[in-house]
Amino acid sequence: MTPEKAVPNEALNLYGSKFTSRFLIGSAQYPSPAILLDAIAASRADIVTVSLRREAGKGGGKGTGKESAGQQFWSLIQQSGARLLPNTAGCKTVKEAVNTAHMARELFATPWLKLEVIGEDDTLQPDVFGLVEAARILCAEGFQVFPYTTDDLVVADKLLAAGCEVLMPWGSPIGSGRGLNNPFALKALRAHFPDTTLIVDAGIGLPSQAAQAMELGYDAILLNTAVAKAGDPVAMASAFAQAIEAGHTAFNAGAIEARDMACPSTPVLGSPFWHGTGGA
Amino acid sequence: MKIHLNGASLDTEHNDLAALVAALGHEADKVATAIDGLFVARSARAQTPLREGCAIEILAPMEGG
Repeated sequence: MTPEKAVPNEALNLYGSKFTSRFLIGSAQYPSPAILLDAIAASRADIVTVSLRREAGKGGGKGTGKESAGQQFWSLIQQSGARLLPNTAGCKTVKEAVNTAHMARELFATPWLKLEVIGEDDTLQPDVFGLVEAARILCAEGFQVFPYTTDDLVVADKLLAAGCEVLMPWGSPIGSGRGLNNPFALKALRAHFPDTTLIVDAGIGLPSQAAQAMELGYDAILLNTAVAKAGDPVAMASAFAQAIEAGHTAFNAGAIEARDMACPSTPVLGSPFWHGTGGA
Repeated sequence: MKIHLNGASLDTEHNDLAALVAALGHEADKVATAIDGLFVARSARAQTPLREGCAIEILAPMEGG
């Protein structure tokens, strides 16, 4: 059972399109296609990330009754009804990313692009120099770019200048499940760009970490591994959906400041005799 | 002529990319193509000749994060 959906505070705005859900979910690494579809449904995500791969030597072809792996996936993901966000995963150069972007735009018939230019294999850290250059090229060519970036303020500024309207800083390395490695930097990014749509992408392992990012004022969360590799991906998708909504509602509600000293929550005025001035 | 298709060597008699895609059994609008690392739009495949040793990529949708 999923709980009643919280009243959305306002819609998520992505390049002029409005969405109720603030959860973007990846489509990789699920135990089965059926579990992928059930997890997407449980996540209540409106947007699903997808990618491209080399098609096997022989396609099934029209009328053969046999679909290639790519077409099987295409048919499956269409059933989800989600809007697709293709990525340039695995690209390490500007040229690779730009050409992959064009292939994705033609194949998925969308100007949306999750732009990844990977600079380092161990951390899958973005090559921010290549990222900015690729973003500039692609924005000029009409793409609506969702750049997977670090939490660096200056890089963020350059991505916005390149034409990006959405930024997707990492929480921690892709698939690590470490959560928010640097909440201070993410907070600073939020404060510097109050009107930009900011999505934490990568590194989230637990619903509490997703809630933390939303409590910082982030607009949405993109994650994949934490759901797909969970013991029960469908239940975990639901848990993340609740946490993301809770965090967003909490941010809008306005949290109290933390303090070092206790402060009684029960009013002291009119306290009965045991608080009295007895003896004095 | 010998070409590279998705990283593997292939002998082909076909002269252009559209013919190769069709011969491989792919529906034209279900794959995306590139030659020597450069995107080739669906509409340009028939005018894109294959050359000895060229590297063709034929990509399809897949899951991603």
